Amino acid sequence: MTIPLSGQLINLSAAFLLLVGFAMLAQRRILSLINLFAMQSFVLVLSTLIVAISTHQHHLYYSVGITFVLKVILIPWLLHRFIRKLNLKWDVETHIAIPTTMLLGIVLVIFAFNLAQPISQLSGTVTRHTLGIAIAGVLLAFLMMITRRKAVSQVIGFLAMENGLFFAATSATYGMPLVVELGIALDVLVAMVIFGIFFFHIREAFDSLDLKHMEQLKED
Amino acid sequence: MNTLVSGILFQVLQSVLMVLLAPLLLGWVNQCRAWLQNKKGAGIFQPYRTLRKLFNKDAILANNATVFFQRMPYVLFACMWLAVGIVPVLATGLPFSPAADVIALVGIFALARVFQALAAMDIGTAFGGLGARREMLIGFLAEPAMLMTLFTASLISQSTSLVTIVDNFAHHPFAIYPSMAFAAAAFVMVMLAENARIPIDNPVTHLELTMIHEAMILEYSARHLALIEWATSLKLTTYICIGIAIFLPFGIAKAGDWMALPLAIVALLAKLAAAGAGLALLEMVSAKIRIFRAPEFLSTAFLLATLGMLTHFLLEV
Amino acid sequence: MAHSVFLPIEIACLALLAWIVLAFLGLACIRQPRIILNVIFPAGAAISLVIAVVGFMALTLQAQTIILPLGLPNLPFHLRLDNLSGVFLTLLGGVSFAVSIFSCGYFRNYNGPKLALVALQYHTFLASMALVLLADDAYLFMVAWGAMAVASYFLVTTEHQVPQNRSAGFIYLLTAHLGAIAILFSFGVIQGGHGEYTFDALRQAPLTPLWSTVAFLLAFFGFGAKAGMLPLHIWLPEAHPAAPSPVSALMSGVMIKTAIYGMIRVIYDLLGVIQWQWGMVVLTVGAATALFGILFALTQNDLKRLLAYSSVENIGIILIGLGLSMVFMGMGHPTLGVLGLIAALYHTINHGIYKALLFLGAGAILRSSGMRNLNQMGGFIRHMPKIALFMLVGVLSISALPPLNGFASEWLIFQTTLQAPALQSGVLRSLVPVTAAILALVGALTATCFVKVFGIAFLGQMRNPDLKEIHDARFTETIGMAWLAISCVVLGLLPVFVIHLLNNVSLSITGFGLPSDAVDSNWIWLIPTSAARASYSPIIFFAVVISAVLITIFLVHRLYHGRLRRGPAWDCGYPEQTPRMQDSSDAFAQAIRRIFGPVFKATRHFPSPDDTAPRFSVTVEDKHWAGLYLRIARLTTFVSNQLGVVQQGRIHVYLLYSLVTLIALLIFVQ
Repeated sequence: MTIPLSGQLINLSAAFLLLVGFAMLAQRRILSLINLFAMQSFVLVLSTLIVAISTHQHHLYYSVGITFVLKVILIPWLLHRFIRKLNLKWDVETHIAIPTTMLLGIVLVIFAFNLAQPISQLSGTVTRHTLGIAIAGVLLAFLMMITRRKAVSQVIGFLAMENGLFFAATSATYGMPLVVELGIALDVLVAMVIFGIFFFHIREAFDSLDLKHMEQLKED
Repeated sequence: MNTLVSGILFQVLQSVLMVLLAPLLLGWVNQCRAWLQNKKGAGIFQPYRTLRKLFNKDAILANNATVFFQRMPYVLFACMWLAVGIVPVLATGLPFSPAADVIALVGIFALARVFQALAAMDIGTAFGGLGARREMLIGFLAEPAMLMTLFTASLISQSTSLVTIVDNFAHHPFAIYPSMAFAAAAFVMVMLAENARIPIDNPVTHLELTMIHEAMILEYSARHLALIEWATSLKLTTYICIGIAIFLPFGIAKAGDWMALPLAIVALLAKLAAAGAGLALLEMVSAKIRIFRAPEFLSTAFLLATLGMLTHFLLEV
Repeated sequence: MAHSVFLPIEIACLALLAWIVLAFLGLACIRQPRIILNVIFPAGAAISLVIAVVGFMALTLQAQTIILPLGLPNLPFHLRLDNLSGVFLTLLGGVSFAVSIFSCGYFRNYNGPKLALVALQYHTFLASMALVLLADDAYLFMVAWGAMAVASYFLVTTEHQVPQNRSAGFIYLLTAHLGAIAILFSFGVIQGGHGEYTFDALRQAPLTPLWSTVAFLLAFFGFGAKAGMLPLHIWLPEAHPAAPSPVSALMSGVMIKTAIYGMIRVIYDLLGVIQWQWGMVVLTVGAATALFGILFALTQNDLKRLLAYSSVENIGIILIGLGLSMVFMGMGHPTLGVLGLIAALYHTINHGIYKALLFLGAGAILRSSGMRNLNQMGGFIRHMPKIALFMLVGVLSISALPPLNGFASEWLIFQTTLQAPALQSGVLRSLVPVTAAILALVGALTATCFVKVFGIAFLGQMRNPDLKEIHDARFTETIGMAWLAISCVVLGLLPVFVIHLLNNVSLSITGFGLPSDAVDSNWIWLIPTSAARASYSPIIFFAVVISAVLITIFLVHRLYHGRLRRGPAWDCGYPEQTPRMQDSSDAFAQAIRRIFGPVFKATRHFPSPDDTAPRFSVTVEDKHWAGLYLRIARLTTFVSNQLGVVQQGRIHVYLLYSLVTLIALLIFVQ
């Protein structure tokens, strides 16, 4: 079975996406986490670019531009700013030991691949195998959100999940319509701003960003 | 018969060359590190001078040392020598390589590790036991990670023979294997751990709380220590050669192809120099981690390697 | 076999009979312990050799059957000697030869009555194991199986004055019985209602896939209980420390392998059509067993308990091999399935030999120093070099280091897992490499575990300097261990012969053999599927290692002076070193306890800061006890209490129960 070069490159970037996803699961430091997110977004930009070039879908160029500006530059920069403003220097605390988390991650990957297999067999695109990786990326991001304590890492998890979805869209169907993509980009941006305000409020209310304090809000 | 003779010549040439080159690579890595730290450095030939100094000293053996302790350096050296003989670095088609595939290669490293750990426990000092325990701790995670990395490469080329793997990668049409990205990441992590480099161990300190490899060889002196040091540099060289052979096999000669040999040597030297500089850079930018973070580091490597295998099954077949 | 007077199977029967005669002779010599030691055990060893030779001959012969007019009326004993039983008979003979010779020296401190009983039980045990392997009908099989359990139970409780040993024996007997019931039911399901219980009839019996799955599950549970798979393994770490070391060697080396024999016999031979889902069950259980077994082995301090857990681990590895084989067979790749089966059989033989060797070594240490606790041992290599040498061979073999035998069989199992691309299903394709990962992890952990055993027990300084009267192995003990150690080396260096012989087994029970590349390979190259895929040559490997060591020694001594001085150990200049500063067995496993914390139930006791005689202690418990067995026990007690209501103590109430049962049965039959 021979895959054209573009397909191979997309497969490679899919693998890198997964690799970075796992690196994010294993990462303890918040700053590195943000950098990893930027890296993941960059890989996403590259893979979208390859899809765009190889299939001559012009609207994909726009999404490449939007993603690059938004996710590789703007959001990481915003997050870095938050961190400086909030004076956060701690390591990420996890609920579960990191190797266990990664083990769960592997289980999720197997699950995702098996989930995607029947769908990708129907699909005729050269990149059909990557659908499993996209789903795995979403699930891994979910896992990261579940296992992390601090709000910032949860936000990064949310953004990584969006990356996974975006990759699913480009790999399975060569991208969503431009309008939808713009909408999502806008949503993500708005979400970032809201999260930012949210951070400051949590910090003001509890003097910490540890989400376990939120448990106090429950009425007994 | 002619191919066999030339194969054996290749084999001997490669083994001798690698044994002689190994200290140079170590010297190069140290020199690069010195440069990166804005130091002058001792020069790339320093390891040879150290070896000569050590060989000329009188050996001192602890009173209660047994034959285990005394013979371990030789076994260690022989194992590493053997390992570097299996890895095709100059040419594929080595006559010895069908005798030992990648699993046996990992087995040789395990054999050396077990002997080294046992020798460390022989005299019965506090440091020896500590070193042995930590070495086995690193080993039991690094070894399966290494095996999984090599298995990923074996699955792609459908063979566990290192020569066939390299042949497949070097002399076939170019193809990108995403699973190899995982394997490469895992391999680099394993290489750092197995060769007692930062972030797992620091080869230049004897800080009792952190040392692993050095703790095992504290009691050695003179020619025994020299052999161990040499074997250590040989191990580093072997690992780098495995990395080169699997991930960057371009330029390697075919079996018995003497014309391609000069090119292969040049390519090899360039690749070794680049890898050594990369290693020094990697060590510069990372900090040594606590010993109890080491299992986390290595289990990450192990899981990445396993993931690499899975990716191969799910993406490439 | 025209030139021989007896058929091999007849010789086997005679040997079996001879063992039983020896057993009773042993009982008769209750007042002459020296005769038992110097005549009966050596004679038993000679018979073992006969059995081994018969088994070996059977590997290349057609199956032979014999019907003995014994047993119940109209239900004679059917015996059959085929390739499969030949493999296990060879193992039984080979291992029990060493163990019997070793026993001549080991039991020398026993008094007359105890020794006579041991001789009786020991030889009955051997005979019953041989009978299990030869049985060709379910009835005889169950009789032999039961005899084996009972004989070994009495051997486990040889030191019955110690309460722990009695409870260990009880747990063993209970597990053995549960297993036996499951096996009995399994045979019942397989025969499918026509009432014929010879294995031939069982092979012919038609079964629906559902019923054959039921039979598989019952047999897997029943034999698994004997083999010591998770979570039925709990009897092993109790029974092995309790039993005398030669008996542990036999139980771990051979008896738990009869369970593997039973599995192969029932699954491959009697059921025949294998479903791949069965393979997944075996594979999963095997992987879990291997991992848990070695993790628990690592944290043990009692040498024999440690070895028992390591047996659990090795059973796991064998099950991984069998599971892979069944998956491949079930998915329609019989040639690859054969590879898994051969790997599993090979590992079975290897484990039988090196585990027996290690148990004998543990016994020799125990006999010589009175110690079983690793935390008290140390520096024994200076007092017992011979035991140390044999233990080293065992340790290197079990750690799967090339070029010894453990490596050869694990190499084959790895090769089997690497055939996974042949499978069609995505789930299977992704789970098989995970198994390979677990196997690799288990192998590396085993090396760690046995570095601990050898390093702590034999190397370093004596932890107990008062110990004066320790000595090396006696003559007979040396022979016993040397036999096994040499077998380890030979089986490691000549794997090609072994897999050619095992290929016959596979041909005879599954009808498939290895591909032609593997069969035609000469004795130097071990080739599992084809030469391009993989090859391994332990002989060349060994020769090159040895010559590299020699060349290094020669060059160094030729080129440089060989001056050597002795002095006190340096230890970073620290002057006052005591043996207590060495790593203890607990310390060695500390990291493992920490990393795999959730697996263990560890309780630690820390001394308080102003303790004048501080002591640190840690105990590791098997979670299966509290999590599974104690719950079952509580449930049983609860149910029994509820049922206690029906116990009235008045005879006519009981008669009423009988009447009600009778009427219910009559209605049911009607």
